[in-house]
Amino acid sequence: MGKYILRRVLLMIPIVLGVATLSFILMKLAPGDPAAAYLGDKATPENVAQLRQAWGLDEPMIIQYLQFLAGLLVGDFGQSFIFQTSVLELLKLRMPATLLLMLMSLVFAVVISVPLSLWVAAKRSAASAIVSRVFAATVQGMPAFFVGTLLILVLGVNLGVFPVGGYGSSFGEHLYSLVLPGLAVALTICPVLIRSLTAALNDSMSAEYTNFALSKGLSRKRTVIDYAFRNAGITGVSILGIQVGHLVGGALVVENVFAIPGVGSLLMEAVLARDYDVVQALTVIFGVLVVLVYLLTDVVYSIVDPRVRLGA
Amino acid sequence: MPILEVNSLTVDIDGEAGRHRILDDVSISLEAGEPMGLVGESGSGKSMTLRSILGMLPPGASVVDGEIRFDGRNILSSGSGGRFDQRIRGTGISMVFQEPAIALNPVMKVGRQITDAIAEHRGLSKKQAHDLAVELMDRVGITDPDRRASNYPFQLSGGMRQRVMIAAALAQEPQVLLCDEPTTALDVTIQAQVLDLFRTMQQDEGLGLLYVTHDLAVVAQLCSTISVMKDGQIIEHGVLQEVFDDPQEEYTRRLLTATPRIDEDVAEETR
Amino acid sequence: MSEPMTSPATGTGGPNGGRPPRTRGGTASRATPTARFTLPLPAFMRRHNLQLWIGAIILGAMVLLLALGPLFVTDDPNRQDLLNTFAPSSVAHPLGTDQLGRDVLSRFLHGGRVDLIVAVVAVIVPFLLGTVLGSLAGYFGRWVDIVIMRLADIVSAFPFYVLVIVLVFVMGNGMGSIFVAISAVSWVAYARIVRGEVLVLREQEFISACRASGLSTPRILTRHIIPNTVSQGVIYAMSDIVLNIGVVVTLSYFGMGIVPPTADWGQMMNDGQQYMGTGNYGLILWPGFAVVIVSFALALIGDGLTNTLKPKR
Repeated sequence: MGKYILRRVLLMIPIVLGVATLSFILMKLAPGDPAAAYLGDKATPENVAQLRQAWGLDEPMIIQYLQFLAGLLVGDFGQSFIFQTSVLELLKLRMPATLLLMLMSLVFAVVISVPLSLWVAAKRSAASAIVSRVFAATVQGMPAFFVGTLLILVLGVNLGVFPVGGYGSSFGEHLYSLVLPGLAVALTICPVLIRSLTAALNDSMSAEYTNFALSKGLSRKRTVIDYAFRNAGITGVSILGIQVGHLVGGALVVENVFAIPGVGSLLMEAVLARDYDVVQALTVIFGVLVVLVYLLTDVVYSIVDPRVRLGA
Repeated sequence: MPILEVNSLTVDIDGEAGRHRILDDVSISLEAGEPMGLVGESGSGKSMTLRSILGMLPPGASVVDGEIRFDGRNILSSGSGGRFDQRIRGTGISMVFQEPAIALNPVMKVGRQITDAIAEHRGLSKKQAHDLAVELMDRVGITDPDRRASNYPFQLSGGMRQRVMIAAALAQEPQVLLCDEPTTALDVTIQAQVLDLFRTMQQDEGLGLLYVTHDLAVVAQLCSTISVMKDGQIIEHGVLQEVFDDPQEEYTRRLLTATPRIDEDVAEETR
Repeated sequence: MSEPMTSPATGTGGPNGGRPPRTRGGTASRATPTARFTLPLPAFMRRHNLQLWIGAIILGAMVLLLALGPLFVTDDPNRQDLLNTFAPSSVAHPLGTDQLGRDVLSRFLHGGRVDLIVAVVAVIVPFLLGTVLGSLAGYFGRWVDIVIMRLADIVSAFPFYVLVIVLVFVMGNGMGSIFVAISAVSWVAYARIVRGEVLVLREQEFISACRASGLSTPRILTRHIIPNTVSQGVIYAMSDIVLNIGVVVTLSYFGMGIVPPTADWGQMMNDGQQYMGTGNYGLILWPGFAVVIVSFALALIGDGLTNTLKPKR
């Protein structure tokens, strides 16, 4: 198991490096000059040149690249000109809301998908299959912002149960404000989740080991829990882990709909204001976040699956 | 009185190509302690017959007609519902599956898999269940059972896994053991050992055996009666030696000649 | 049945037949974009492939509406009438007017055309690129495979929307950027699907026979390998279109996609959201439900195609 995790970590390094490199290349391809953008319209060419030198933008590309990598290692992500502060400070300020939103979405997604998948897999009836398929096909086509807007319409504006935007100031208020956004993000990943979980459950419920358990006279309840769920659950771990990309994408969109001060809305603000360093830093961080969650998933997987834990 | 009776069982399945009959008027009568071989080519309905005895038909399959009686009790009646009495599982009939590699739960220790059902029924403690598992594993010839009990299936060899499955089947103290080609997935040498185990158990404990296989040599070693299946029907049934010496059906004759001639002595020995 | 999954897909090892995933590739390479699993639908639905037909009829109706609608609704989608904003539905404006007095029905029809055309066209390049790269990776293996699939891993480490938005940031708003952004990201899913198929095909006898009879590698690839992978790609393309519609509409909603004055569902919905407080929900709901209906139809078509094009192995 230790070896397995070590190998995963080693495999992760080139991907993280690739993520950083790709972000760097993209930013260098972007038109415009960060220094000019930072100084604004009234800057003289001399001022711009000075700042370019101070930021190392006149160095050869390879030096800039190495400086960028070195900066990432020590947490120096550059400066934001719209907020006039370091990107690191911005991240500290904005990251918690996004992480909380993602966590909440994940909980909602599990709470919605798991029972529905269980129901479809246990029923094995045409009706349950059609209901779940229609639900999945319908929700799957809804852009996250549309789901968010619908929720605002129904639960926020008309019923007035939940706030239609903002983030509140205490932890309780945070949670309360994140209910609708969390639900919106959750709904967008539910179709994939339901499909994969139902498939995993179907596999394990019709697996020969489940038949064997039943043939021994084990009660249906115990069979389903000890045989079907245990196996499907292990597959479920990786199914959940893979959703992180969608979760981040959903959070990014939904934060903007609900005006939540997270890194998703930060990215959009930075893109619209052409705040180079912020865009670059967020690109890297989102990529690394996904890779880290994959790693975490692998670690959990290697703990719950004896075949990996004991080194099959 | 036969311990297990299958009376004109007829089963249909709904497939992509429409309704299709997979078992057609199948009748089997097994006396207590009788080892019967059920032979036929793949797709002839042998495995389906076994599975229907334990009420484990695949999705889409339905019992059209017939009944199954065990020890005088009606466990499956046909008709609209086709009710199956699930209480029969683990209380008189056990089954050994074809491929231990997929029939054992990959993420549960084998010791627990052997006794989980019986422990649930009798309310055994963890310790009692473990001790029973070790005892059963010892009985089916697994060396070092105490250590092996806490292994996962992937840590065991194919033959060992099949012994685990047999131990699990025996844990329910069955009167009838259904065997679905239990040695097909094994190496030849291991096959011989496992067959040996079946024979000893059948003789020592007076187990009724319904042994599905396509291998007539195995039937010759193990069984005293034989039923031949083809296209969902039982086309021939009789005492092993009589069927071997004088098959009534052309199909059986061809089956016999297709198999390398079986050593008469081996067949004699099992009678 | 396929899903719009842009992030990780089959990396190492092809279809694993529902068995517990192998440990080799780790999470990043474990999910399969086209899970070969069909729900237990009633036999008659499977037999006649009803899903395919229902999907095709719904989609066909929508396409007809968008194609022929503007012939009957002749209002200019951009003609403003500031004296007549948020007009209720009338004979002149069946769906009413928006905040600038523009005809909502006309904007809906013209906007839908743009979104759907962009979404469909944006499938072509990723499909071709992914097929070529995936078959090269699968067929040649070794370093070709490593280079292509590592690149795929890196691209799919970015959340789809993050990469698309950053690419639009780099290239500027507009249709061209949308195409490039989607192409740069979406090829990965196709490449993984095709690679998985090729890995299986490569081992099959007819390919060995081709090699033994001295066919050149390019010929084997173009004549015997790639054609056999197309069906899986087509199935995935159905959900990829759904994904693209989502991207186009979302980007336009944020003002980063289709640029005004071209009408578009995403902008309409953004307009609608800004005036939601006034009780004018039509601007959000009409385009929103249209997106849902089109996606629903495409999902059914995808299911239906999965049934008909199931690889016969």
